[in-house]
Amino acid sequence: MNLKLRVWRQKGPEDKGRMVTYEVTDISPDASFLEMLDVLNERLILEGDDPIAFDHDCREGICGMCGMMINGVAHGPERATTTCQLHMRHFKDGDSIDIEPWRAAAFPVIKDLVVNRGAFDSIIQAGGYITAPTGTAPDAHATPVPKADADAAFEAATCIGCGACVAACPNGSSMLFTAAKVAHLGLLPQGQPERSSRVISMIEAQDEAGFGGCTNAGECTTVCPKGIPLNLIGRLNADYLKAVSGR
Amino acid sequence: MTNFWTEGEPIADTAAPDGPVETRWERRQFSAKLVNPANRRKLTVIVVGTGLAGGSAAATLGEAGYHVKSYCYQDSPRRAHSIAAQGGINAAKNYRNDGDSIYRLFYDTVKGGDFRARESNVYRLAQVSVNIIDQCVAQGVPFAREYGGLLDNRSFGGTQVSRTFYARGQTGQQLLLGAYQALERQIAAGNVEMHERHEMLELIIVDGKARGIVVRDMVTGEISTELADAVVLASGGYGNVFFLSTNAKGCNVTATWRAHRKGAYFANPCYTQIHPTCIPESGSHQSKLTLMSESLRNDGRVWVPKKAGDHRDAADIPEDERDYYLERIYPSFGNLVPRDIASRAAKNVCDEGRGVGPGGLGVYLDFADAIARLGRAAVEAKYGNLFEMYSRITGEDPYVTPMRIYPAVHYTMGGLWVDYDLQSNIPGLFVIGEANFSDHGANRLGASALMQGLADGYFVLPNTLGNYLAAGPYPKIGVDHPAVVEARSSVEQRIQKFLSINGDRTVDSFHRELGHIMWEYCGMERTEEGLTKAIGLIRSLREEFWTRVKVPGRGEELNQNLEKAGRVADFFELAELMCIDALHRAESCGGHFRAESQTEDGEALRHDDEFAYVAAWEHVGFGSAPTLHKEDLNFEYVHPTQRSYK
Repeated sequence: MNLKLRVWRQKGPEDKGRMVTYEVTDISPDASFLEMLDVLNERLILEGDDPIAFDHDCREGICGMCGMMINGVAHGPERATTTCQLHMRHFKDGDSIDIEPWRAAAFPVIKDLVVNRGAFDSIIQAGGYITAPTGTAPDAHATPVPKADADAAFEAATCIGCGACVAACPNGSSMLFTAAKVAHLGLLPQGQPERSSRVISMIEAQDEAGFGGCTNAGECTTVCPKGIPLNLIGRLNADYLKAVSGR
Repeated sequence: MTNFWTEGEPIADTAAPDGPVETRWERRQFSAKLVNPANRRKLTVIVVGTGLAGGSAAATLGEAGYHVKSYCYQDSPRRAHSIAAQGGINAAKNYRNDGDSIYRLFYDTVKGGDFRARESNVYRLAQVSVNIIDQCVAQGVPFAREYGGLLDNRSFGGTQVSRTFYARGQTGQQLLLGAYQALERQIAAGNVEMHERHEMLELIIVDGKARGIVVRDMVTGEISTELADAVVLASGGYGNVFFLSTNAKGCNVTATWRAHRKGAYFANPCYTQIHPTCIPESGSHQSKLTLMSESLRNDGRVWVPKKAGDHRDAADIPEDERDYYLERIYPSFGNLVPRDIASRAAKNVCDEGRGVGPGGLGVYLDFADAIARLGRAAVEAKYGNLFEMYSRITGEDPYVTPMRIYPAVHYTMGGLWVDYDLQSNIPGLFVIGEANFSDHGANRLGASALMQGLADGYFVLPNTLGNYLAAGPYPKIGVDHPAVVEARSSVEQRIQKFLSINGDRTVDSFHRELGHIMWEYCGMERTEEGLTKAIGLIRSLREEFWTRVKVPGRGEELNQNLEKAGRVADFFELAELMCIDALHRAESCGGHFRAESQTEDGEALRHDDEFAYVAAWEHVGFGSAPTLHKEDLNFEYVHPTQRSYK
């Protein structure tokens, strides 16, 4: 396949950045999107150009490290897919593709397509855990969990923290990410003692980190590679209201 | 041949208690010296890596009151490659009342490791496994549950009991998020200082003790020296030496290799686990391989055409022209033979020219019989997510066309040598998880890697590290100490060297070529001749690397090719040691099949009389033959027997 790419190039956080056009030729339809960029980068290096910086690691859709806007869509045109699991057979020979970094106030660009998603860690630090010091746990069977609850908690827990939800949201909101974590822990009996304090502090932390508010645009769930559903945000809001009214 | 290495003094694990195996860990914990809680906050511990081992260790040490400095190369500790583990985690809970016990888990693991692991370590692993599940459940890890609310289990990797706890196909992810959340809690509490996007490039040794590391900030390129009272390496395995593997792209050997060059022994480097059910390579663009869960072999039948060079579509090959080779060669285990056997059999039929798919490196995993027997819906319910993943990657529909699979490098059992306390031969340098060599022997059973990572990080290291620290305090050192200055300047020189070569080949092109050599000669099947040849090839390619590599950009910026260059340079040196280790071990063992050592039936043949030891390699200067130190292995409880799956 031969493709025309328009890629966001930005030397560093202070640089203004711009779109640069590259032609790539002879790309296998079996290659992943990142492998296509690898091929381009090999060429750029040999030609003495600076290769395109992008984040990636496991390349099997689970670590959450990769992520870019492809033709304006977070992780590209396929539903429920990470960029590393997007394959070139979903494009046509001769296509023109725009590639840009996540754009959100809370995710500053570091270089080219690499952004800083450390703000997600700060939301977790604010209470996205169950306080369970090592070595003090009762036997695992001491706390039965209804299967339906465990399954629902698991579904919420599959969030990979890639940030596509934030990038897709017109407000740069992290509500889907926070909602997934709050639902995961809030659905389990072990998570109940800290349920109220958790939701309050996590909501405060996301405001502090510079994420925008949720206006139910729903773009987040559309691009989420793990299909985290929008109704978890409703659950988050309900938990939050209950927690603040009870405080 | 012996000029590839020299033999040094034997070594022994002096930290391991003797006496009844059931009480060794308890007695070791009691005899260990303790650090007063008030003194802990004056002690600094560096932990490199934030996977299951490093994340759980940093969280637990932070909780215990030590001042912890944690480093990872990813943008968040949540992205460590433990997150990709699919299957499950073993624990001897006997929740199924099927006769499981700590002793049985211990027995299975020693036997599964082909009698090349230590009994004391493995027994402790089995004991601690029980606490791991309790700990993870308390953290909110959403393990699969029964309708009654209790934990579900499945069986795995050929064991006869159901002891594997799982969270769908994402067990590693859920366990890692548990450890990561515990770690973030300690970061918020100020007990752990977290440094993301930082890479350890050198170990600092002062007066014979590990006292710090040199790191590069991967965003700004700043090189800094970080000092501590002890250093813990939890930096994972080195399967990426093969270029194509199931490892994440960033997995590397640098932290352990730099420690090895500073004197830490590297044990059993040639022990690599090859996983039989991965999606085959599709072309020269390929950057990594994807594993398909081993559970598929429960219902899929493996076959290739009988005739070499038969390129017809699977559907056009009639039944009597198909060779269901696993069922033919291993009638009693059939498609469920262990990982090493299945992998080698696939390689053999492909070597005969009977492989399928592009390049001929693949065998069919066919569900046609299962679909006819159980119906498509039942197969979909059982394996649907895996089928979807396969079709996403290959563009083929596995319900219609058989899947194509091929073995791939998955896990490395070798690593830095450690004693029972998980301390290397350098005092103050501890090594945990996949980065050490200790618990899996020559082969790793399914669902045992997650168990070891968490056992080391949550329970073992936090108990043994105190014993070392209690013997202090060790003298304070400053960044102007000559050993610190030397370590830092060696890192700076190395970076300058990479950037100044300005050759005509990319780092990746070298890595790919090195990977080919390793897979061909130090992969599933090895011969004396092949390994000797590989060492020559590696040396000349390494020389070429240092004269022709082109690393663009500067050191003082985010420079992903500079990062890669450092890692590949270390892989070159490790690759040679792996071949030397494989060469010296003239027996077949675990995933390592030495063609000269096989039974009349072509099965792996161990030589317990000659090789029942750990091979711990000492670096004695670049270009000099490494020194082999042997640690004898004694089997008091599980007696070595020949494995057979016929």
